[in-house]
Amino acid sequence: MDILYLLIPLSVLLVFGIIGVFWWALQAGQFDNIEREGERILKGD
Amino acid sequence: MSVSNRASQSAVYNDTVVRQFAIMTVVWGVVGMLVGVIIAAQLTWPALNLGVEWLSYGRLRPLHTNAVIFAFGGCGLFAASYYVVQRTCQVRLFGGQLAAFTFWGWQAVILLAVVSLPMGMTSGKEYAELEWPIDVLITLVWVAYAIVFFGTIGLRKVRHIYVANWFFGAFILAVAVLHIVNSAALPVDIFKSYSAYAGVQDAMVQWWYGHNAVGFFLTAGFLGMMYYFIPKQAERPVYSYRLSIVHFWALIFTYMWAGPHHLHYTALPDWTQSVGMVFSLILLAPSWGGMINGIMTLSGAWHKLRDDPILRFLIVSLSFYGMSTFEGPMMSIKTVNALSHYTDWTVGHVHSGALGWVGLVTMGSLYYLIPRLYGQKKMYSVPAIELHFWIATLGIVLYIAAMWIAGVMQGLMWRAVNPDGSLTYTFVESVKATFPFYVIRLLGGVLYLGGMCVMLWNTVMTARNGRVEDVRIPALNPAHA
Repeated sequence: MDILYLLIPLSVLLVFGIIGVFWWALQAGQFDNIEREGERILKGD
Repeated sequence: MSVSNRASQSAVYNDTVVRQFAIMTVVWGVVGMLVGVIIAAQLTWPALNLGVEWLSYGRLRPLHTNAVIFAFGGCGLFAASYYVVQRTCQVRLFGGQLAAFTFWGWQAVILLAVVSLPMGMTSGKEYAELEWPIDVLITLVWVAYAIVFFGTIGLRKVRHIYVANWFFGAFILAVAVLHIVNSAALPVDIFKSYSAYAGVQDAMVQWWYGHNAVGFFLTAGFLGMMYYFIPKQAERPVYSYRLSIVHFWALIFTYMWAGPHHLHYTALPDWTQSVGMVFSLILLAPSWGGMINGIMTLSGAWHKLRDDPILRFLIVSLSFYGMSTFEGPMMSIKTVNALSHYTDWTVGHVHSGALGWVGLVTMGSLYYLIPRLYGQKKMYSVPAIELHFWIATLGIVLYIAAMWIAGVMQGLMWRAVNPDGSLTYTFVESVKATFPFYVIRLLGGVLYLGGMCVMLWNTVMTARNGRVEDVRIPALNPAHA
């Protein structure tokens, strides 16, 4: 099952990538004021 | 282009590419579903293969799957993501002509598929049949798409990235990785290549790709669509914005490990199959999180369903989404899979998700979007939307019920043994017993195609009676950014 030597490291890299993006989002304030953001798209436009 | 022209250009949204993709979604929908009806008829009456190799079932089936997933579904996702990212970021699409390239490039991919697949050029990998030159073109278009989409997010005037854009972004990145890894091949001539992988290794890569194509292309992408168009049509915010973020992260993490459920009781190692089964079961939770969030957005506004067929499309699509994301995990259980694998139950499950979830959410979203792309508030005929909804829903129910019955029947017939241990039924007996269900399924498909034709008519009439106008980007109040 040699393909796992590719798939598992690739998946682990992807997981690190995902954690990295999540960390950025947290730091950049994406999760502040959550309730307001849901309503924003209903204004204007 | 003069300075003043460029300045006024950047003050309007790029809805041209949105309009182009939206129209082609409807057109390819009719084409893809027509091919589906043809192959359903061929399965029922094999004489309809007509002895012509480029009209044979084996060659038309991948044309059907590619057309409905990548042409219909793909154009729908391009249209929706380009519209939503601009409106939620309050900025014009990044990249200028790059967006136009994604449109024409994608249409070129589709046309190449329409020609090459009936000619028998295939890599033999499901949902990845297109041969290597087309794979290269797909990669170029997709890189351009990523640049346009993420570039627009980078230029946003609103600091918060609306949840729908997270789903679109994950879909774009995941599909890029999936496509490159699964399509890796050694070309031997212009029309033929061999997969970089072989045997059960190739099977594992193929179904890592296949299930993630479902999870990211057909699920995450369309959840993005759902999270914008349901609140807009219902005029209510998402039920729980917090939940939308939580289930997003859970969903994208879990989907990647579910692929082995396509390979139960094959040469794939047992432990890999078990991983696939367990993660598929876990997937039920984040999937239903999304379904509940979308449906409950109507909380306090259920009465709107009585009069608004567009909302009905969107909410019913979520019901089918819930059904399919319950059915899928159940079918991922090894003992259940031992019965269902290779039967028409799998086909029924696919189409419950495809017709029920993907189809209906696309239709509902486009019925919101298309009039607005032509300066209108509503489609040319709202009764036609109503008609479409009922025909489509009836078609779906006939389709999946027929396939459930056929599938379970096939599974039971194939495993029936006599007291002396011999098989009770020959394979051809199960084929013969399936015939009436193929007729019913064909009828379901014809109804669904009929609904799509009604939509095409309605779209043409809306475009004819509307006018293409530039939409100014509203000046943002800095306090709200």
